[in-house]
Amino acid sequence: MEAGTPDLLKLEDLHVPGQLSGRKHVLSILVENKPGVLARVAGLFSRRGFNIDTLAVGPTDDPSVSRITLTLDGAVHPIDQVTKQLHKLINVLKIRDMEPEETVAREMALFKVSSAVENRAEIIQFAEIFRAKIVDVARRTMTIEVTGSAEKIEAFERMVRPHGLVEMVRTGEIAIARGSE
Amino acid sequence: MRAADALMESLKAEGVKHAFGIPGGANLPMYDAVVDADFRHVQTRHEQGAGHAAEGYARASGKVGVAFATSGPGATNLITAIADAMLDSTATVFITGQVKTELIGTDGFQEADVLGATLPFVKHSFQVTDARQIPEYVHEAFHVASTGRPGPVLLDIPSDLFRADIDYSPRTEPVELAGYRPSTEGNDKQIRIAAKALANARRPIFYTGGGVINGNASEELRELIASDRFPVTSTLMGLGAFPASGGNWLGMLGMHGTFAANHAMDQADLIVAVGARFDDRITGKLSEFAPHAKVIHIDIDPAEISKNVGAHIPIVGDVKQVLPKLTREYRALQTDSSRLDAWWSTLDSWRDQHPLRYAPGVDGEIKPQYMIEAMHRATGGDAIVTSDVGQHQMWTAQYYGFEQPRRWINSGGLGTMGFGLPAAIGAKVACPDETVVCVAGDGSLIMNIQELATCVTEGVDVKVFLMNNGYMGMVRQWQELFWDRRYSSVDMGFASPDWVKLAEAFGATGLRCDNADDLEATMVQALETEGPVLLDVRVAREENCYPMIPPGSAARDMVEAPEEVTS
Repeated sequence: MEAGTPDLLKLEDLHVPGQLSGRKHVLSILVENKPGVLARVAGLFSRRGFNIDTLAVGPTDDPSVSRITLTLDGAVHPIDQVTKQLHKLINVLKIRDMEPEETVAREMALFKVSSAVENRAEIIQFAEIFRAKIVDVARRTMTIEVTGSAEKIEAFERMVRPHGLVEMVRTGEIAIARGSE
Repeated sequence: MRAADALMESLKAEGVKHAFGIPGGANLPMYDAVVDADFRHVQTRHEQGAGHAAEGYARASGKVGVAFATSGPGATNLITAIADAMLDSTATVFITGQVKTELIGTDGFQEADVLGATLPFVKHSFQVTDARQIPEYVHEAFHVASTGRPGPVLLDIPSDLFRADIDYSPRTEPVELAGYRPSTEGNDKQIRIAAKALANARRPIFYTGGGVINGNASEELRELIASDRFPVTSTLMGLGAFPASGGNWLGMLGMHGTFAANHAMDQADLIVAVGARFDDRITGKLSEFAPHAKVIHIDIDPAEISKNVGAHIPIVGDVKQVLPKLTREYRALQTDSSRLDAWWSTLDSWRDQHPLRYAPGVDGEIKPQYMIEAMHRATGGDAIVTSDVGQHQMWTAQYYGFEQPRRWINSGGLGTMGFGLPAAIGAKVACPDETVVCVAGDGSLIMNIQELATCVTEGVDVKVFLMNNGYMGMVRQWQELFWDRRYSSVDMGFASPDWVKLAEAFGATGLRCDNADDLEATMVQALETEGPVLLDVRVAREENCYPMIPPGSAARDMVEAPEEVTS
C-alpha cells in the first residue's frame, strides 16, 4: 500500500459471495392478479432451466394480488439469480425468500390407501400419530388428509405405502413468516 | 373517439414521428386511422423488415422504434425482430392486430397466440381486453420499453376493439408500475469502493458494452477514461462509445477481437464491465476466463450481475449516472498513474506486434478487409453503418473504426441474418441527413431483399455495399476450420441472383466492382448517386476472419492466422 493513500483497498481482499446455498428455498412471490402472469413465471423457470419442486398459487387478502409460493433447490440453482430474473417480470410485485427458521410452512396431501379389513386398524393408528384426518372410507380404500411440512407428508407416505397406496395428491407448500412481520 | 384513432393519438402523445408496418385483416381498422395519423408510416414489404426497421430507427436515434403487424402470420413474422430487440436491448414497441375477441381461442382465421409465443423474449407485453385500456397501455408500453434496460414491448389488440368508441385524453402523468422500478443512481458506497479498487489496480481494463450506447453515456465514459491512462476495449455492441482513434483503445474484444484486447482481459487484475454482460462470445471458455481479475460490474439490470461471471463489486445503476460519480471519486484519490507504466508497456507491445492484419490482395483482387478500409475512406469514417450477420459484420467491426456512438447498428445478440437492410431503412428514416450504409453479406441480404422495394417506393436513400463472396462465409469458415472442409449448403455461387439486375428490377441503382483499384471510386459513385444503390463487391471468396478464439477455447488461445488453427 502506498504512502498517503491509507484506505486504498487491496484487490486480493475482494471476494464474490457463493452462489449456491445448498438448501431448499421457499419463495413467496406476490404477483398482479392478471391473465397470463403464471405463464410468465412458469415460462421464465423453464427457459432459464430452473426446476420448480412445488408450486402453489392462490388469492391474497387483496383481490388484485395473487401469491405464488414455490420451492426450489438452492444446491442446484443460484437463488439470487432466480429472484433477480423474477423481478424483471413487470407483473411480479414482491419476492420473499423465506428464512427457514422464521417461517411456518405447510402442505396438504390426500392419500387414498387400500384398506383391507385386517389393515384398517393400523392405518387409523398411523393417521392418529400423524394427526391426520380420515375424510372418506369406502369398502376397499380409505382417504386420509395430512397437513404439515413436506417432510411429515413424506414420512406418512413411507408408512402407508406398504399397505398399498392407490393415489396421492399434494398441494405444494405454502408459507408465512413467523411473528408480527 | 374511435379506439383506433385514440391509439394514433396515444402514439403521438409519446412523441412518435415514424412507424413501420404492414396492414392485414385484423388491423384494418387501425390502418384506417393511420391515414389521418400525425406521423409518417413506412410501409415495408415484410413484417420482419418492419420490425428490424423499428430497431434500426431506435438504435440510430435513441428514440423508441415502432412497428405494426396484423394477426397470425403478420405477428409471427415480427417475432424474429422482437427476439432481436430483446437480445440487443433495443427500445421498441410492437403493435399487433388480433382476431376479434369472440374468435380468440377458436383457431380462427389468422389467429396466432402472439402474446404466448413471444413471452420468452419480450420485456413486457399487454393483451388489450377492453378498448378503454389502449391509451394507458400505450403510455406504459413506451415507459417500459425505453427506461431501465430497454427492450421490446408488445401490444396485442383484437380487431373489434379498434372500432369501439372510447373517451380519450392524452396520458402525460409519470407511469407508476408497482412491479417496475429500475434503480438508476448506483450505490454511493459501492462506487467509492470501486474507485479505490481502480486506484489500487496495476493491470486494469475497461470492458464496455451496448449499455453505454443505450445509456447515452459515451461522453461520461470518455471522461472517466481520461481521468487516468485506463485501457479500453468494447464488445461488438459497444463500438463507438469510445473512439477507435483514441490512444487508450485496444480494439474490440471477444471471438474476433484483437490480440491486445483479449490478452489484456486475460492478464488484467481488475476488469471494469460497463453495460456489458459477459456473453459467451466475449468470455470464450468460461472456466478459464480472466483468471487473475477482480470484477467491477456496472449495469442497470441487476440480473446481469454475477449471471455469467461473479462480480466482486456490483453496481446497479444507469451508467450515465454512475460513471460521473466514479470519475469524481477516482479523481479525489489522486493516484499516481505511473503504477500503470508496466501494464502499458505490455499493452503497447501487444498492439505493436499483434495488430489486425491480412494478406493484401494481388492483381486487383478485393480482400474483404480492404473493402471495409475503402469504405471508411469513401464515407470519411462518418457514416451510420448497419450490417447483416457473418464475416462481413466482423470485418466491419474490426476495420471501420467507429468514432461515435449510434453509428454502428448490427444484430449482436440474436445474430439475425437479413437485419442490415431493414435496419438501414430505420436508421435513414430517423437520420435523413446522415449517410447510411448497409454492409451486407450475400447470404444475409437475400433474406430481406424485398425491402429494397421499400427503399424505392418510400424514398429511403440507403446504400447497400454487398460483400459478395458467393458463400455463407462464416459458416463456410467454420466448416473449413472445424469440420474438415466438408462444405455443406454454404455455396451461394454467383449465378443467382444477378444483384445489379435485381437492384434495377426494384428501381434502385445497381453497381458492381471486382477490382480493388476501382473500389473506392465506385463507392464514392454509389454514395453520390441519388436514391438507393446496391453495390455488388466481388471479394476474395475463401478469406477467413481472424483473429479468432476457436469455439470452446480460452481467450488466450486465440489464433491470429490460418496456420495456427488446430481443431
